[in-house]
Amino acid sequence: MHAIADVVTTNVPFSLNPIEDLQQLLQFEFMRNAYVAGTAAAIVAGVVGYFVVLRSLSFAAHALTQIGFAGATGALAASVNPVYGLLLINGAGAALIGALGRRQRGRDVVVGVVQSAGLGLGLLFLALYRAPEAVPVLVGDVLGISANQVLITVICSAAIVVAVALVFRPLLFSSLDEEIAEARGVRIGLMSVLLLFILAVTTSVAAPIVGVLLTFALLVGPAATAALLSSRPGRAVALSVALSVAYIWVGLAVSYWVDFPPSVFVTGMAFAGYVAARLWRSGVRHAPRVEARAAAA
Amino acid sequence: MTDGTAAVLAITHRFSWNPIVDWQELTSRAFMRDALLAGTIAAVVCGIVGYFVVLRGLVFAADALTHIGFAGGSGAVLLGLSPIVGLLALTMSTAVGIGALQQRMRGRDVVTGMILVEALGLGVLFLRLSSGYSNQTYALLFGDILALSVRDLVVLMVAGGLALLATAAIFRPLLFASLDEEIAESRGVPVRRLAIGFVVIVAIAVAAATQVIGALLAVVLIVAPAAAAQRLTHRPGLAITLSVAIALLVTWTGIALAYWLPYPVSFFITSLAAITWGLTWVSTTRRVRPVALRHAQAGA
Repeated sequence: MHAIADVVTTNVPFSLNPIEDLQQLLQFEFMRNAYVAGTAAAIVAGVVGYFVVLRSLSFAAHALTQIGFAGATGALAASVNPVYGLLLINGAGAALIGALGRRQRGRDVVVGVVQSAGLGLGLLFLALYRAPEAVPVLVGDVLGISANQVLITVICSAAIVVAVALVFRPLLFSSLDEEIAEARGVRIGLMSVLLLFILAVTTSVAAPIVGVLLTFALLVGPAATAALLSSRPGRAVALSVALSVAYIWVGLAVSYWVDFPPSVFVTGMAFAGYVAARLWRSGVRHAPRVEARAAAA
Repeated sequence: MTDGTAAVLAITHRFSWNPIVDWQELTSRAFMRDALLAGTIAAVVCGIVGYFVVLRGLVFAADALTHIGFAGGSGAVLLGLSPIVGLLALTMSTAVGIGALQQRMRGRDVVTGMILVEALGLGVLFLRLSSGYSNQTYALLFGDILALSVRDLVVLMVAGGLALLATAAIFRPLLFASLDEEIAESRGVPVRRLAIGFVVIVAIAVAAATQVIGALLAVVLIVAPAAAAQRLTHRPGLAITLSVAIALLVTWTGIALAYWLPYPVSFFITSLAAITWGLTWVSTTRRVRPVALRHAQAGA
């Protein structure tokens, strides 16, 4: 956990002039790094999250973000870049979930056990190598993002977006109606394994930047809200990305002035946005009925 | 911290190949007796409750409850209370809502995910507000069974006892509803109320498991022994007995291993539980496949 404004000690308080605030926010390299890497992570989380919500993969997404804890602490212990540890562990987790959880029934057991085993391994790495602390890995380390890490994040994010764009139509088709998609020759098994691996790479890229906990919030929150607001896939994906980026921008800015990790604000906004969307939708759904009743009377 | 305690003990106490001496050694200290007692309570509760969690597909809901427990525990630390009080208070009070949601969702797991997100955010907020209690934070996330207070133990015993009594009271209708909900409902079993009541029991199991291996790992003690037992047998009574036996074995072995080896208890319990489940998975898939093939050939 970091108190950004405290560490920086600029003593420039939050002003009501947005341009001044923006200048202050972006005057330091670590904040610019955090913004670039955070935006890239938010974009992929918004895109991939849409499919997570559509296919009810929230639990698998949660497990893949959590076992990233083992990847990150293991990489810290071996003093390599956390992304490599994350890619290794998350890839293995995705393979296990994909291989053992093929049937709907009992899949939640596979996911639950894989998740706990991964976390237990992370705990071992933490104890073995006396890695500093668990908390930065869990809630993210905005101050510690190097230029190298920004580069890795941006490249991996671009690769994920391209990969999703290439398989967008068959992936969407098999997510919306598996049986018809299969009848039309879409390879369903390939699509679900592919999505798990895309998810593994996404969580690996996002976790060192925004933390293990926040990665899950960005994967599920914006996409679930967008899916409630629009049933058209293209628009929903765009909305999901927009919300995800907005959350991370606001979260980083607020955590600059207020001494809390961005996870607190982003999870709060993601939850509030989702609840608001649900309320709005139930309002829309009931409204015509009320009008009809009024017309009948 | 757990590993520190174990490391100190590992120097002073050597493992012998005489099990009686080892047992005396293991139980010679009060904190070890407390740990074994807490582990036993948690294993029995989780073994029994876990059977129904797996049967009803409530693993993700149980996982969400562990995160709500994390928020409750860190909130209690912030207020200067014992974490288990906050854990029990928040998990049991939100369990009613989660139970009602589970009934309506039917496979849409995103609502559970959103609850989990908010619980995590609150947990991190409370942690940040009460920074300085890093040992308690660590204990909440990863468990610290070797440092339980007597009051924690009493709360655990009372809550665990209540959970077992409640499960025993609704055992037959719960089993009926878990095996075939539609038939149970047509026979007049109050399916909805049972589902909600059961999630409250799960909340207690989650709190018990959190005391032993921490909020992030708690779900494994509920899920892995029960899932392993269900792979080995289809008979409910036998499966529940096996589930409790596996949970006990895993917990006791984990505590004993951590006594002699310098690694955290939670790591041993989690890995042993996962490995046990993995072994039953491998052994039963091998055994089932030829039978299924024969059936398929006979059918063709």
